[in-house]
Amino acid sequence: MASIVGVIFSSIVEQNIPELTKVRATGAVPFGGRYRLVDFALSNMVNSGITSVGVITKYNYQSLMDHLGSGKYWDLARKEGGLVILPPYSGESETVYKNRLEALKGATSFLKKAKEDFVVLADSDAVYRLDYSKVIEAHIKKNADITMVYHKHELVKSHYYMTFETNKTGRITDIQINPATSGEKKNYINVMVARRSFLLGLIQDAIQHGYSSFGKDILSPGVKKYNLCAYKFDGYYANINSLNAYFNANMDLLKKEVRHEIFGERDVYTYVNDSAPAKFADTAVVKNSLISDGCLIEGTVENCVLFRGVKIGRGAVVKNCILMTDGFVGENCNLAYVVSDRSVVIRDNRVLAGCEIQPYFINKGSLI
Amino acid sequence: MLRKKECVAMLLAGGQGSRLYALTSNIAKPAVSFGSKYRIIDFPLSNCINSGIDTVGVLTQYQPLVLNEYVGNGQPWDLDRTFGGVHILSPYEAKKDTSWYKGTANAIYQNIRFMQMYDPEYVLILSGDHIYKMDYNKMLSAHKETKADCTIACMQVPMKDASRFGILNTNPDGSIYEFEEKPAKPKSDLASMGIYIFTAEKLFKYLEEDDKDPNSDKDFGKNILPKMLKAGEKMFSYRFDGYWKDVGTIYSLWEANMDLLGAVPNFELADSDNVIHSRSPLAPPAFVEGEVINSIVATGGEIEGKVINSVVGTNCTVEKGAEVVDSVLMGNITVKAGAKLNYAIVDEDVVIGENAIIGEAKENAQKIESKTSGIIVLGRGIKVGKNGKIPAGEIVDQNV
Repeated sequence: MASIVGVIFSSIVEQNIPELTKVRATGAVPFGGRYRLVDFALSNMVNSGITSVGVITKYNYQSLMDHLGSGKYWDLARKEGGLVILPPYSGESETVYKNRLEALKGATSFLKKAKEDFVVLADSDAVYRLDYSKVIEAHIKKNADITMVYHKHELVKSHYYMTFETNKTGRITDIQINPATSGEKKNYINVMVARRSFLLGLIQDAIQHGYSSFGKDILSPGVKKYNLCAYKFDGYYANINSLNAYFNANMDLLKKEVRHEIFGERDVYTYVNDSAPAKFADTAVVKNSLISDGCLIEGTVENCVLFRGVKIGRGAVVKNCILMTDGFVGENCNLAYVVSDRSVVIRDNRVLAGCEIQPYFINKGSLI
Repeated sequence: MLRKKECVAMLLAGGQGSRLYALTSNIAKPAVSFGSKYRIIDFPLSNCINSGIDTVGVLTQYQPLVLNEYVGNGQPWDLDRTFGGVHILSPYEAKKDTSWYKGTANAIYQNIRFMQMYDPEYVLILSGDHIYKMDYNKMLSAHKETKADCTIACMQVPMKDASRFGILNTNPDGSIYEFEEKPAKPKSDLASMGIYIFTAEKLFKYLEEDDKDPNSDKDFGKNILPKMLKAGEKMFSYRFDGYWKDVGTIYSLWEANMDLLGAVPNFELADSDNVIHSRSPLAPPAFVEGEVINSIVATGGEIEGKVINSVVGTNCTVEKGAEVVDSVLMGNITVKAGAKLNYAIVDEDVVIGENAIIGEAKENAQKIESKTSGIIVLGRGIKVGKNGKIPAGEIVDQNV
């Protein structure tokens, strides 16, 4: 098997979900009851046989660091390799990096020190299960310089996105950045593999030429210069690029087939907390919901994702909600389409509602 | 550098637990699942770390593989230490003789050099088959205060049950003047919990003497404690009044699981000050579609049927139309569509086929004469076929 080192960008796309990333890095956004977004890319790496991973951070990375710790929950607390947090690197400009290329420049010493032949770069704003070693296999087979992974879906416009065209052999012929068109596209999912030496060469070249954008200055013009290949990923893919997308992706986990694809074959690793198991009282009515450890359900819960330690009081009716860790819903409350951040307390008898396309968001630590 | 620990804990985990029948066919009692995501040994290990005791020897002998794998390097309990931490102590071969652990005292005696590596002032002796939360540090403080040579934790039990326990007869100041092992006519209702703190040098002295005594059963309750008392050593009782349960029988194991249920349970696990740590599994949160009432469901559950008054372990599936009532499902169990399960303890990796009928309602089952008080026990890895039927009170260790 090819030797691979992984690099995860934990904070490239904060602008997309300001509600959730105001207080934390994108990678630290809680998801699916017990996970953080970074767990998905990181577990993909571990499950692809990668034992050396650098996580590039930017702002507000305290909660990300708390979560990752030494990496032991991902089996990445190693003497050789393992998990390395790469704090923001400001270089000569004395400001924190502004884009992917500058972030990568900050990671060059990590990449130089690595011994592996190949690099996988991935973002942490998506939920999917992909064996990166398969991408490397295809990469080697096609003798590619860079292989970029895409997922075919309806174009969703967010802060920064990239689509591409390919020819019959799978070579990328055109890369478009933030195109104004619509319809089903080959959407780049920000997963890229290359030989480590090739990537280091690109970064060196970019520094010498004063390039500022990986997409605009290297990839897009590189279509002719390099052998850029596409790798099609056709599994479940959710890009968390808006509060709405966040809501929908959580709700997708209530579908058996999605749940089984994401969690079925291999573990999704995450920080392990020793909460007591979930408890259902004699008044509990629960339908189509994910209930985490430490929850106490005394009311009605339908189509919800409840994180650790959420308490639902007697007579409360909670439908289509995502309630994060240690949320408290008082007696006889009525909640619909609410996304509440961690440690939110909702007093007895409150009625709160958003709607399907606009969930009602409650800030971390609020008392309502 | 000073290499020393004030107190070392020794956890007796070697017992076979024969009264748990099929549940301990292949694993030691302390490794038996409890309360959906725990194993019994989580309780003493967590109590140790929550009491500030970070050096624990776990003495294993009977079927140790699952237990060894579970304890591992002790990381889930924060017992992975550079000095101290948790260590599995199995019987070993020595130059002169090779022997199994011959009794509780002999097991500790054979590991005297393990304890001496830490040069302890005190040694705490624990059992691996009790469910409780206890601050051993408070007991240690009491031991120091009374300047005792041995302190025995005890609790009040109903007088009618007292003859099943080791009973302490005490003076008003708590000092012990008599120790009776399972007396026919108990004089007091203070039962020993099998938790002892010894001043280390006294313990070592009595263990060495006892080892040379050919008439000794090498047992703490029968030999060491009476000998110490006879010799006039200072022995004190330490009263504990929290929840404590010996889960040595099928019924007590079932009952202890049921004690976790309810918004205000007899035994509260969700207590942020004294967290019971465990090797928590990585499964996703439980998916609940059916009816779950007065129950506990661990992670990885897929519940589409009915679960009533039950404890459901990690990665259990209860399919549509299936019913689980008054039961304990340990982990990785599938109850297929239409199957009915009543008043049962089901060990790990069991599959119950479609429309199978297991046991009967608790009220009826309890009237049946059986070793298990009417509870059905399904052993590890059992497969019950489609439409299979098992009457109440059976112990099943072969596929049906």
